[in-house]
Amino acid sequence: MTKRSEQPVLAIRNLTVDFEIASGTVSAVKGIDIHVNAGETVAIVGESGSGKSQTMMAAMGLLASNGRASGEVVYEDRNILGLPVSKLNAVRGRKITMIFQEPMTSLDPLYTIGRQLAEPLVVHGGLSWKAARAKALELLKLVNIPEPERKIKSYPYEMSGGQRQRVMIAMALANDPDVLIADEPTTALDVTTQAQILDLLADLQKRLGMSVIFITHDLGIVRRIADRVYVMKTGEVVESGETAEIFTRPAHPYTKMLLDAEPAGHKLPVPDSAPVLLEAQKMRVEFSFEAGFLAPGHILRAVDDISFSLRKGQTLGVVGESGSGKSTLGRAVLNLLPAQGRVVFKGQQISGLDRASMRPLRKNMQLIFQDPFGSLSPRMTVGQIISEGLLVHEPALTARDRDARACQALEEVSLDPAMRNRYPHEFSGGQRQRIAIARTMVLKPELVVLDEPTSALDRTIQKQVVELLRDLQEAHGLTYLFISHDLAVVRAIADTVMVMQRGKVVEAGTVDAIFEAPKSDYTRELIGAALLTQRQVTEPA
Amino acid sequence: MHRYVLGRLLGAIPTLFLIVTISFFLIRIAPGGPFDLERPLEAKVMENLNKIYHLNEPLWNQYLLYLKSVARLDFGPSFYFRDFTINELFAQSLPISIQLGLSALCLALVVGGTMGVFAALRQNRPADYSVMAAATLGVTVPNFVVAPILTLILGVWLGWLPVGGWNGGAFVNVILPVVTLALPQVAVVARLTRGSMIEAMRSNHVRTARAYGLTGFMVIVVHALRGAILPVVSYLGPAAAALLTGSVVIETIFGIPGIGRYFVQGALNRDYTLVMGTVVVVACFVILFNLVVDLLYALLDPRVRYD
Amino acid sequence: MTLTVTNTEAPVRGRSLWDDARDRLLANRAAVASLIVLAFIALVSVFGPILSPHDFDTVYRDYVKVPASLEAYPRADQVEPAFQSAARRARLSVDSYERQGSMVIAKVSSSREIDPRSVRYIDRSDLFRDADLSGLSADGKSATLSADINFMHFYFGTDANGRDMMTRTFIAGRVSLTIGLLATLVAISIGVLYGATSGYLGGRTDQMMMRVVDILYSLPFIFFVIMLVVFFGRNFILMFIAVGAVEWLDMARIVRGQTLSIKRQEYVQAAEAMGVSDRGILRRHIIPNTLGPVVVYMTLLVPKVILLESFLSFLGLGIQEPMTSWGVLISEGARNLQGAAWMLIFPSIFLTSTLFALNFIGDGLRDALDPKDR
Repeated sequence: MTKRSEQPVLAIRNLTVDFEIASGTVSAVKGIDIHVNAGETVAIVGESGSGKSQTMMAAMGLLASNGRASGEVVYEDRNILGLPVSKLNAVRGRKITMIFQEPMTSLDPLYTIGRQLAEPLVVHGGLSWKAARAKALELLKLVNIPEPERKIKSYPYEMSGGQRQRVMIAMALANDPDVLIADEPTTALDVTTQAQILDLLADLQKRLGMSVIFITHDLGIVRRIADRVYVMKTGEVVESGETAEIFTRPAHPYTKMLLDAEPAGHKLPVPDSAPVLLEAQKMRVEFSFEAGFLAPGHILRAVDDISFSLRKGQTLGVVGESGSGKSTLGRAVLNLLPAQGRVVFKGQQISGLDRASMRPLRKNMQLIFQDPFGSLSPRMTVGQIISEGLLVHEPALTARDRDARACQALEEVSLDPAMRNRYPHEFSGGQRQRIAIARTMVLKPELVVLDEPTSALDRTIQKQVVELLRDLQEAHGLTYLFISHDLAVVRAIADTVMVMQRGKVVEAGTVDAIFEAPKSDYTRELIGAALLTQRQVTEPA
Repeated sequence: MHRYVLGRLLGAIPTLFLIVTISFFLIRIAPGGPFDLERPLEAKVMENLNKIYHLNEPLWNQYLLYLKSVARLDFGPSFYFRDFTINELFAQSLPISIQLGLSALCLALVVGGTMGVFAALRQNRPADYSVMAAATLGVTVPNFVVAPILTLILGVWLGWLPVGGWNGGAFVNVILPVVTLALPQVAVVARLTRGSMIEAMRSNHVRTARAYGLTGFMVIVVHALRGAILPVVSYLGPAAAALLTGSVVIETIFGIPGIGRYFVQGALNRDYTLVMGTVVVVACFVILFNLVVDLLYALLDPRVRYD
Repeated sequence: MTLTVTNTEAPVRGRSLWDDARDRLLANRAAVASLIVLAFIALVSVFGPILSPHDFDTVYRDYVKVPASLEAYPRADQVEPAFQSAARRARLSVDSYERQGSMVIAKVSSSREIDPRSVRYIDRSDLFRDADLSGLSADGKSATLSADINFMHFYFGTDANGRDMMTRTFIAGRVSLTIGLLATLVAISIGVLYGATSGYLGGRTDQMMMRVVDILYSLPFIFFVIMLVVFFGRNFILMFIAVGAVEWLDMARIVRGQTLSIKRQEYVQAAEAMGVSDRGILRRHIIPNTLGPVVVYMTLLVPKVILLESFLSFLGLGIQEPMTSWGVLISEGARNLQGAAWMLIFPSIFLTSTLFALNFIGDGLRDALDPKDR
């Protein structure tokens, strides 16, 4: 890590942030103290809603119009909180800069990146547009953008998420800042890109010596780059200290819980004697893009010649980055989209069956989605959502019976059945995912395809959902096809793993084989990038 | 780019053809004819007239004849204004309507846009509420109410402005019709601009611009307004087509010799060629302005490309 | 596993999105005020003509274009001249005239014998009733004529034909509101059916159906309406069909867009994965979720239709005399602007408040149903 001095560059004292909403005032940050010394990297860790982002938004004067901040944000012996915009702008974007979580939307889609990089240089550095453009080119080289001369004329939509985040970093460095605030800069990126961006940030900090405030929910990142840590929960700093100290001797129970939230456990493979439940051979899914007015048509092969089999009670983890075709594979297996190849479920060929003939089989094969907000019909009660499948598959049941079954399913996922007349929007993300699970369990299926079921959830909630899924599997002898980009979760729940890249299987094997002795470079890269911090993986040198 | 424009213009021909066909037969099916006056004409005169205007031929032939002449940009003789051809009528009236519509359009854009941005920057404050209340008033009060009331106050009671007439487009004569024509558009533009401006000011890239300490002008105009103006542009396409082809109400109330009046007169008098000509002109304007909107879009938004 | 209902106590009732929307709407002061205004106008339009002392088509020849007033007509200075002229019509000369409260007593004479039936001339005047001839002199050439003054109120004044503007404004409200509602229903039905079919079927059918909408869009829409009016004749019943048939295009587009986007939602995919039939998906998932925008659009369409009807009436293509609508009244008012401003002002107030209220309710509904917009 880097050289440090004990002189705070930026100090936040007794900061509170309140939001006025229709039903009253919500306090997001409740009087916290945070400081960062010169050349130091400080991490603020917390789950969603902990107030970690709003703290920095308040410091930068970027709160939404209904937000109020009070307290002090001291930079160079001056309180910059509540300064009028014209005075604040002497510091903002020049001495203190910021990178945001959403690389896709944080740059203006209507201007070239060259122009956007030049703007702060012209405004703060007093450069001419021409000189600013030359400096912008240098900055692009600094953040390792390939072909900088060409990219400087590109628009954001022509770049990948990782490249945009590099552009944001270049913009942040433009005026030699003292403090760089990075608000979850890697969360929206694939793991391998994530690792590259983190390396870049660490490298630049070493070379340029600015202070970094890193906001994240990911303890792996904290351990890797931070000197000091603040742990935030519901608007308060519950614990702070040296990174090593916090990780080895956490004092506050919440910190302990966070550290313990890494999904744990290990599933033993099913015996070879277990019957084969599902057999997929040479699966192939193609999407054709029709030729537009002037655009040539092309074919995208999302799933390319994939075969596998699932035994009863087995959990097959399908791992890959976005665009690898893993979700498409999951839907193709369930015959929800047209695919080539052969799928045999319990001895019956289901590939090629039409919707009507599939209907009786659907009871036994279910799908759970990533987005617990989008997968529940917003105008139906939870009870109606859960019992909808019963209307189709057990039409003989009376309304009373259906209600009883819904209650039972809710209890199984540890939700209060008295909540069954409520609507999805009244529940938290984790609760909604439980409702989605209850919806599938009420039908007592044999095969469940889980498409990133934990990706939209906080770590602590993730752990609970993984445990729930494992309990349900044991209780009902379920078979899972578990799709995820999150290697930690897959390692905890799957017994076999299949690694996918661009529609093809790169590597497949038992969970131990893949994680302990990966054969392909891609798998190694994935595992290295995933920062499996907790137990086995050693700290990068 | 040129290829795209050419392609679009060629693509408009089948649409125009369909429109001509539909409206030709629609108006012909309607009961009554152009020479059914209150005092019936003598049989001999009627026959002559029918012959001159080809009304004695089968409908199919008339249709083909009409298509042929339209292809030569000749809209034929008027049935009602018998000394004029439709082309002559349009040559006189269309420029007046265009002048009127264009002035109203500019007024709407400038005033409405400014009001919208102003309201958005003061969202949920008294200034915002009053702008929005005024805009709702502008949208809801029909122009055939506004026009007489403005005439009554400014023309009759105060005597500042002439009550009507075109007078060769003299400035004082233009004020009332332009303002009346522009009012609802001002209101719509203000509402649209406010809505998209609020959204733009909340967007992540504007947050970036603010975080980097850019000047207020750069944040509001360069980064927020350019994107926020897009929905206004797509609204103004059809609106411009409608404005430039004249307003029946405004032209009737203020006694302006524009193209808008011909529509109703033509339909009521069964002046087939006049109605058809108006339909074709309006359709051409709609198609043209849709193209203009798409080109403007490409100019404002680099993600849209036509080459 | 056995079926056991472990929780026998009444389950918590949830708050549906509709409940939330209703609360948000009721918290919106402008929308609530608009609802009240609209209810008032609707009530007055329905019951006003029944309660009003005047019929909407009664012509008072003696009260042509009298200004709006809270005082009763006739005014004091109107009585004598009116009596004189009525007497003249009855070929009677007035020797003495005296007003007693709400009665007029006059001594009249004539060169010929007075026919007792000539009191009809007095009664025929709108100012008097129950005229009575008494004390006929021996030669029958002079008598005492008495008549009650017929007091009437014209709170909104009268029009150029001497008809009560208040009753006419109310009856016009009936017509305008009815056309607004019926035409909107027609437009919504066509639009929802067309849009939902197009969006749900998708593919080539969708493209074809939307192409038709595009072409109809570029037809000048006044042309459309005028053609329809010409076809159907100026018939009140068919009028709204004409208007509705023009206004469905937007609805079709909105519903199609909604259907397309809902079809892509994960909850629809989840239902498909569960084997729910097309009908079930439409009924339980797609329709309830398109309802919001449809309701909002409907509220905003009613004023549009009323405006369109007024516009047609303004052009003389709408409702025919003696029936009337706000548009007809306003166009008459505009023609009589100088000297009879009340003829424009009262119908304008009613029309504008209705449009204003409907727009505020529509905006309020949109904010209530989709709080992201604010």
